[in-house]
Amino acid sequence: MTSSHGRGRLHLAAALDRPSAYDAGSYVDAARLAERAALDFVTLGDGFARPGPDALAVLARVAPATYRVGLVPTVTVTHTEPFHVQAAVATLDWVGRGRAGWRIEVSTTEGEARLFGRRHAAPADALWQEAGEVADVAARLWDSWEDDAEIRDVATGRFVDRDKLHYVDFTGPHFSVKGPSIVPRPPQGHPVRVVDATEGPARAVAARYADVALVRTAHPAEAAAARAELRAAAAAHGRDPDDLRVLAALEVDLADGEYAADPGHGGGGPRPTPRGPLYRGGPVDLAELIAAWHREGAVDGFHLTPAEPRRDLERLVNGTVPLLQHRGLFRTFYPGSTLRDHLGLTRPANQYAVAGGTS
Amino acid sequence: MTVHGNRTARANTTARRGMHLAAHFPGVNNTTVWADPRSGSQIEFASFEHLARTAERGLFDFFFLAEGLRLREHKGRIHDLDVVGRPESLTVLNALAAVTEHLGLAATVNATFNEPYELARRFATLDHLSGGRAAWNVVTSSDAFTGENFRRGGFLDRSERYTRAAEFVATARELWDSWTPDGTPRPFAHHGRHFDIAGEFTVPRSPQGHPVVIQAGDSDEGREFAASSADVIFTRHGTLEAGRAFYADVKRRLAKHGRSPDDLKIMPGVTVVLGDTPAEARERAEEIRWQQVSPQTALLTLEQVWGVDLSAYDPDGPLPDIDPVADPQLSQGRTRHGDSVAVAEKWRALAQERGLSIRQTVIEASARQSFVGTAEEVAAELEAFVAEDAADGFILVPHLTPGGLDEFVDRVVPLLQERGAFRTAYEGATLRSHLGLADPVWKG
Repeated sequence: MTSSHGRGRLHLAAALDRPSAYDAGSYVDAARLAERAALDFVTLGDGFARPGPDALAVLARVAPATYRVGLVPTVTVTHTEPFHVQAAVATLDWVGRGRAGWRIEVSTTEGEARLFGRRHAAPADALWQEAGEVADVAARLWDSWEDDAEIRDVATGRFVDRDKLHYVDFTGPHFSVKGPSIVPRPPQGHPVRVVDATEGPARAVAARYADVALVRTAHPAEAAAARAELRAAAAAHGRDPDDLRVLAALEVDLADGEYAADPGHGGGGPRPTPRGPLYRGGPVDLAELIAAWHREGAVDGFHLTPAEPRRDLERLVNGTVPLLQHRGLFRTFYPGSTLRDHLGLTRPANQYAVAGGTS
Repeated sequence: MTVHGNRTARANTTARRGMHLAAHFPGVNNTTVWADPRSGSQIEFASFEHLARTAERGLFDFFFLAEGLRLREHKGRIHDLDVVGRPESLTVLNALAAVTEHLGLAATVNATFNEPYELARRFATLDHLSGGRAAWNVVTSSDAFTGENFRRGGFLDRSERYTRAAEFVATARELWDSWTPDGTPRPFAHHGRHFDIAGEFTVPRSPQGHPVVIQAGDSDEGREFAASSADVIFTRHGTLEAGRAFYADVKRRLAKHGRSPDDLKIMPGVTVVLGDTPAEARERAEEIRWQQVSPQTALLTLEQVWGVDLSAYDPDGPLPDIDPVADPQLSQGRTRHGDSVAVAEKWRALAQERGLSIRQTVIEASARQSFVGTAEEVAAELEAFVAEDAADGFILVPHLTPGGLDEFVDRVVPLLQERGAFRTAYEGATLRSHLGLADPVWKG
């Protein structure tokens, strides 16, 4: 369990992104590698502005080829239909038997807007506000079926108890959704929502709706400050701050140990680059860094993006993780089966069932 | 254009056309029997995996998923008598690509409530991840009821449905053609009546070039749309005579679109009931009809025709004396067929003539099994449908999840193979090759 000083269980995640890969093989291999290291989850980025396959589809393809590792695709919400997005994420949770997450992103460019031709680009503030509404309506739709809605009652001829199906009746400035969802409530209740909370507008959404917030920073003190801010803001929204995991997001280049002596990496610390914080060094030093940041209570864990997808994930799995396991800082197997189990998050109560079960 | 080896071989012999088979995952209407003890989950992945693996064991061309975008309603409340709730199709098919090797994977996706860029990308991704097995069943909708779940709402004029769908498919194909075959992305621009978009597609040309396009409408516009744009047509014409008429009509339409009869496969959706003897098969078919039409379902079906609340009537008693009223709002989210007053008259006459109760009338008058008999009889009949130009193949709709296809694959497929009417091995890797469809010409 986590705690306010951040020295709870350590959580680790890795990005599977790789350029110009459209067939399933390399993604499946990488996800299995991450699973061998008992990582909490893998992510796959997506966006309409650069080459790459549909990330949720790739992780659905990966799901039957893996058993425990969490699967977190990016799904953008600016030009897509909230109803379709929540159904796809819920379905990933069904095909992954409770291992789905969803990294929420927005599309800010005019180039992306032109691919759809329905609206113009908008400022990040407005788009993240809308993303918050999508996150909200997704949770409502996941809850629109109570867990025991399906009754198969032969005596009355009823397959479902329709008192346990709920209209969500969401009306916002950008869209409205009637509900209920077409997909029954997914195994985790709510698949895990992940938000990159580095920037202000996204951070507000993360505090309110995310289960996992990512913070891109090269400095543990900044990470700690962001974590404290997110927890306080979550509490202000009436959430238990312990229901939010804050992970430091770093790109890692685990090329030969010679880089460890590079000035600025002497202590194994990452440094800021235009692409974001980059750690460059050996797998052993990375284990030191992870242990140190976690010991200081700066973060609940790390989301690591291999600079060289294959090489650096292998070094992470074969070098860094065993050291953390040896020191008792990271799990050696999965005690649970769902992504929420790995993250130490409880299965959320159904907002409609709590309200008294009226539709 | 590639001409497949098996097509050439066929042209050189007088052999019959090979039959095509597809498996429909049991749907959310009363065809699917949930009260049977053998009925499993309609949502868990294991059910989809079982049916898909069974279809692949039977060397089927493809596995087919329908779509739902709004739960059906009856008398202003969510309809509760049939199986309801299903996963999102494309996500399930991507997962099924991991547990099958050859089987085509077809998703029904509405062209009204999606945008070409995103959907073309999702189908291209499925085609890549499955090694060339993706198919898209294009459906349209104009109803505001479904639109209430979407940004764009629901308001498409009926006449606009197919023009939008046709432009949608054409646009998707422009996107699928936008990368050169050697993998260079190139910008695209489409300026049309329904879509005005430009940019660069994020996915290279997929193994099939274009995923297979299926069309399922039966109206005149639907047939024309299929003749111009589809690779497969999913029909409901279950009898030999109706099938032959439909087949001739649709195939005739192809020439004016510059297409040949082989470019569009006609596959009716059918049900099959087997028995060790003809009598046993008939008995089982009858039992299934009673399971499909529960007393509650009988009353509901009658209410859909009569347009009024009939809950006070006894399903085992006679039909109502009152006349039907036209109330299109009574049942929402269903396809309606025919004129309710005429249907009611027909049902009354049937009940009177044979002394039937409400439930018996509904069982008698509504959908029945397409093929009932021993495995030998059914194999012969299926073969005859193809030989007599009533179909190029069939989409089987089992009544049980997930075991509803087991018996057909174990008993009928081997007989079809013995008769030389169905493949004994997958000859190619892609769905196009199973269906004997040429690879699309790249339009650069």
